[in-house]
Amino acid sequence: MTAPALEVHDLALSIGDRHRRSRVVDGVSFAVAGGHSLGIVGESGCGKSLTLRGVMALAPAAVRIDSGTVTLGGEELPLRGRHARAARRGRIAMIFQDPLSALDPVHSAGAQVAEVARRVGGRSPRAAWERAIELLELVGIREASRRARDFPHQLSGGMRQRVMIAMALASEPAVLLCDEPTTALDVTVQAQVLDLLDSLRAELRLALVFVSHDLAVVRGICEQVIVMYAGRFVETGPTAALLEHPRHPYTLGLRQAVVDVDDAGRTPRSIPGELPEPGRLPSGCPFHPRCVYADDACTHGTVELESHAEDGRTVACLHSDLVPAP
Amino acid sequence: MSAPAEPLTPMLLVRDISVSFSSARGGRILAVDGVSLSLRAGEAVGLVGESGCGKTTVARTIAGLITPDSGEIELDGEPLTRRSRAMRRAIQLVFQDPYASLNPRRTVRSVLRELLRLHALAEGADVERRCAELMSLVGLPATALDRRPAAFSGGQRQRVAIARAIAVEPRLIVADEPVSALDVSVAATILSLFERLRSELDLGLLLISHNLAVVAAICDRVAVMYLGRVVESGPRAAVFEDPRHPYTRALLDAAPRLRPEIAEGPRLRDEAPPAGARPSGCAFHDRCPRVEEICRHESPELRAVDGQPQRTAACHFSHERHTGGRAR
Repeated sequence: MTAPALEVHDLALSIGDRHRRSRVVDGVSFAVAGGHSLGIVGESGCGKSLTLRGVMALAPAAVRIDSGTVTLGGEELPLRGRHARAARRGRIAMIFQDPLSALDPVHSAGAQVAEVARRVGGRSPRAAWERAIELLELVGIREASRRARDFPHQLSGGMRQRVMIAMALASEPAVLLCDEPTTALDVTVQAQVLDLLDSLRAELRLALVFVSHDLAVVRGICEQVIVMYAGRFVETGPTAALLEHPRHPYTLGLRQAVVDVDDAGRTPRSIPGELPEPGRLPSGCPFHPRCVYADDACTHGTVELESHAEDGRTVACLHSDLVPAP
Repeated sequence: MSAPAEPLTPMLLVRDISVSFSSARGGRILAVDGVSLSLRAGEAVGLVGESGCGKTTVARTIAGLITPDSGEIELDGEPLTRRSRAMRRAIQLVFQDPYASLNPRRTVRSVLRELLRLHALAEGADVERRCAELMSLVGLPATALDRRPAAFSGGQRQRVAIARAIAVEPRLIVADEPVSALDVSVAATILSLFERLRSELDLGLLLISHNLAVVAAICDRVAVMYLGRVVESGPRAAVFEDPRHPYTRALLDAAPRLRPEIAEGPRLRDEAPPAGARPSGCAFHDRCPRVEEICRHESPELRAVDGQPQRTAACHFSHERHTGGRAR
């Protein structure tokens, strides 16, 4: 067992003011080793993106860090403060859903990748430019030395996403955090970008954390998956086993909501109700108002993530034995 | 073997439409090049292809927002060239981004009221009754009527957009990527809403998406577009189980899927060229795994597959099965 490249322990984030605070990420823990991949799945607002931003020390100002440690290669990183960003540079990088918001419109694609290579790798401008071309080739941009001079608006959505990945790699990170990087892309380009991330993970021994609302996308790229609901992890385990037989009713719901070409003619089933707003969490299991298996026991107390050690899975549900295979 | 009797004229008939735009460098770019489609009352047809293939232009042309250079569109046998108010009403568009398509200053009630009065669909107390009925049809509470768009989530906003579209009692909804900006669970509710409205109101649905899986979920028939042309069409089951164009095969292979035991085929390389840079011969030849010499200089006609008139494909090898990597 390799030591994890990234280890997050008991991370808790909240929003609100002095008088009233609401947990948006409620004490989550996970780890991922170099060369491995982990998916975090849930609906919009479940806290999955915020978890990544918390790890990256990029959480919005309104979000307070209540607790937690982030350990990278055995060294604990500050969660906030002046040195938080610097401590992450060259070790952990993040890519986003919308590359246009992360790219600077007035600099060429090559210049932006080179800038990171110069700052992090201490290269001369010339060496940094050469490194940028190498990286653009690595992420699958053809005629990279010509395309490097293009500005973001001259590139297609898929190419911009590749440039953003090249920028992330320019800092030579051990961990790459991906926040829905393919959600805005065509399925054909999405497939290419997922293949690229998967091959980079293997070749560069990257630890990959991939956030998505779509279990089918995560199935294609992550060995392990975490299902998140209302700021908490509700089920974790190896992706294939978890999809084959979910143990949490919410995981089953997410799976049945996916449209799948192999199930043509099956109208996807939605999960009734909506995610509770932070600060209005129901008592007991936060999913109970939307759950068909809920009974009195689910409405009070706390439902902890229980481990099933024999198969590497955990689930936070009192009735996980009732959840049928899809 | 007798096929079920079909009405002679479909509800919507799109015959050989072409649409061009003037390009920034001068000249014209052919965005849609001789597309034909038909749709019967209560039927759902999916139109699929990558960004830039012309599917949105087809949608907007059918909805009357764009005038085609050539070709005809008929609704119930009437040409759509001179659009009366009644004809405009009959075809309604639903867009990908409900944020952009709703006026932020107006409540749902005021939008619906105006539509109902403008088209003389209800008056007096019936207006309020109809507003409430529309909310229940799209699965929103009656209290939603007095809210403005900002007060809704993305999925609820899409429901409001659908309520607005069905308020004028259309025959056909043209939905352009209606779920691609939504979470899977919200997308599922919108797709099942379309499914329900289609059967309850006998609505036709033209669903446009880049994702074959979305179309697979609720459409009876599918047409696949590549660089301005339809390259394959047919009943859903036939197209999905036995695609006869390598591009359809590639779109199927690119779709994310839940079951790991189904192996994926080779990836489609690169992205489609822009409409102004159409390759010679078959436009797909430079990305096609099945390419041969003939494909480079001879453009394949869209023709019936295996003598089945309801299935067409534009590939020199459409008589072959493109099994790709999906062998189980």
